[in-house]
Amino acid sequence: MISGQQIKILIVIAALAALALIVPHSGSFVILLATRAMAFAILAMSVDLLLGFTGLSSMGQAAYFGVGAYLTAVLATKLHFGLGWDFWLVVIMGILIGAALAAFFGLFAIRAGGVYFLMITLALGQCVWGLAYRWNSLTGGDNGINLNGRPNFGLDLGNEVTFFYLVFAFFAVSMALMYLLVRSPFGQSLAGIRERELRMQILGYNTWLHKYIAFIIAGGFGGLAGVLWAHTNGHVSPETVVLTTSVDSLLMVVLGGAGTLVGATIGTAIVFGLREYLSTLVPWWQYVLGGVYVLTILYLPMGLMGILTHIGQRFEFKSKSERMKKLATKPS
Amino acid sequence: MGSQFWIIQAFNGVSYGALLFLVGAGLSLIFGVMRIVNLSHGSYFLLGGYVALSVIHGTGSWALSLPVAALAIAAVGIVMERLFLRSGGALARVRDAVIAFGIALVFRLMVGRILPQMIPGPLGSIIQLALITAIIAVPVYVLLRRISAIPIESDVLRQVLLTVGFAFLFQQAALDIWGGNNMDINPPTELTQSIVVGGIYLPLYRVFMIGMAIAIGILLWLVMEKTRMGAAVRATVDDAQMARGVGIDTNRISMFIFALGAFLAALGGVIGGAFLGIYPGLDFEMLPLAFAVVIIGGMGSLGGAAIGALAVGLADNFGKALFPEVSYFTLYAPMVLILAIKPTGLFGRD
Repeated sequence: MISGQQIKILIVIAALAALALIVPHSGSFVILLATRAMAFAILAMSVDLLLGFTGLSSMGQAAYFGVGAYLTAVLATKLHFGLGWDFWLVVIMGILIGAALAAFFGLFAIRAGGVYFLMITLALGQCVWGLAYRWNSLTGGDNGINLNGRPNFGLDLGNEVTFFYLVFAFFAVSMALMYLLVRSPFGQSLAGIRERELRMQILGYNTWLHKYIAFIIAGGFGGLAGVLWAHTNGHVSPETVVLTTSVDSLLMVVLGGAGTLVGATIGTAIVFGLREYLSTLVPWWQYVLGGVYVLTILYLPMGLMGILTHIGQRFEFKSKSERMKKLATKPS
Repeated sequence: MGSQFWIIQAFNGVSYGALLFLVGAGLSLIFGVMRIVNLSHGSYFLLGGYVALSVIHGTGSWALSLPVAALAIAAVGIVMERLFLRSGGALARVRDAVIAFGIALVFRLMVGRILPQMIPGPLGSIIQLALITAIIAVPVYVLLRRISAIPIESDVLRQVLLTVGFAFLFQQAALDIWGGNNMDINPPTELTQSIVVGGIYLPLYRVFMIGMAIAIGILLWLVMEKTRMGAAVRATVDDAQMARGVGIDTNRISMFIFALGAFLAALGGVIGGAFLGIYPGLDFEMLPLAFAVVIIGGMGSLGGAAIGALAVGLADNFGKALFPEVSYFTLYAPMVLILAIKPTGLFGRD
């Protein structure tokens, strides 16, 4: 007999397999859209790691995303580094620089809780944005940096299907790693901090250190997402690190359902789908996006995944009560 | 770089600070009273500028556009606070009805293109539109009434995210109504001249901005310190629960403060529109600056907002003039340091 958790894992694996099998056979518009969404979903999941599993609402996650993206772009255009097999070095460097920045920023941010945490992370994100926007000699200022072509190391990533598979692999591995993380004892103590930090402190946990490590890990995944994003778009500009990118990633998590990695992914997929697809159909697509946000926050605080949980609970409740009825009617 | 450079830059910084005070003061008071960060505050600034443009276009009067824009946006603020940031009471029904109507409108826009006109006559299309809207709106309303979500007041993050959702909606609405071009608000010619003080030309408009900010600051200070309402606001900032306990209607206070914040931000939009211009994207450019003001000064403190605005105005101006490559960094990095050392800001109370 397989447990409910295992069924859920199997469903996710099946969905991922379907994604990997179906998307490459569709048009290049869909392939690019899926690639972009998966790269961004890594960022959204890193936000979820903080918001959903640790209870920290980060409003500056675009900073780590941004340094990863700018690192890739600067290395590729200024030093022609990372366009061959050394792409893998850039990936590692991107993760490290995201984690290192988070380690530095975390020293300021982790001290605060609640809304203050939100504001500090916002301010930190603005610092990075300000540098990207103004430091013309390094970042190209407002114009940003154009990358000329994707890496080629035997595998030609210029081919959009090949690149789709690469991003897919990173996305799937990131999801698996984060899943293992939140299921680990460390992840469980993060959930404890989310629920009641004081109790965890009394139990002897160093909650600051737990949150700090979670923050660094989220930064690392943010950096990875940035590296992939730079090559997906072929262009890095202050738009990548702007406040709305952070806000978007946070809203995607809330839309899908905070505290579920799948929810973060679904939220990302919906927002990207709405934005890229609806914008080709109607000029007022942003009303739909804004409306979806407002509706979710007002009526579905647990996000779209909350509906599933709700249905699941009802179903369980029903089958339980039916069993009870059967027991009650059984002649004894 | 003579003394002239320093004086002119300082003057520009102070006048920019005057503008930031208008935006930051409201944000600070809203945070103090409701403990939420209003991320649609930049939108109020932008919308205020746009409404003023329309008033100027219609009547030709710049002086009239100031109060009209500010009051209109204050009304927007009240509606937002009453209907969406609170969840209880009869207003929840109104909110659900508004949302159901909005959803119906969106569906109608989509369906209306495909569906042929079924009711003949000149009024037929209008009747058909009304019917379709009603047919969709009623079941949606019933569905929304049935959903019992956790009250939004209990969750600060949800309230904050809701204000972001509204910022996106306002952005699109502004784009639809006023278009995407960069527009300028032209103040009357009496204000566009320069005055000469000690051999230095100072634009009169910036002097006017400083005067306006000082006048509003004094007025706000008097209201906060000398009136019953002001005392109630201060009590709510200090301890909302205690204030409720002694019989202060904090619910009404938060409505009043939200309206006031929107009013001031819109006023800032009209005044600032003359030298910043009014364009899409200005909302999310002003927002972090207003944030910096509030964070440096301390949340819920008027005096703090004034000092914060002055500091940000000067830091922004001198930063851009002296170290252009890292100018925003010189603005936000001190803000982070202040937050890390004293999370409630320099003049905020715990």
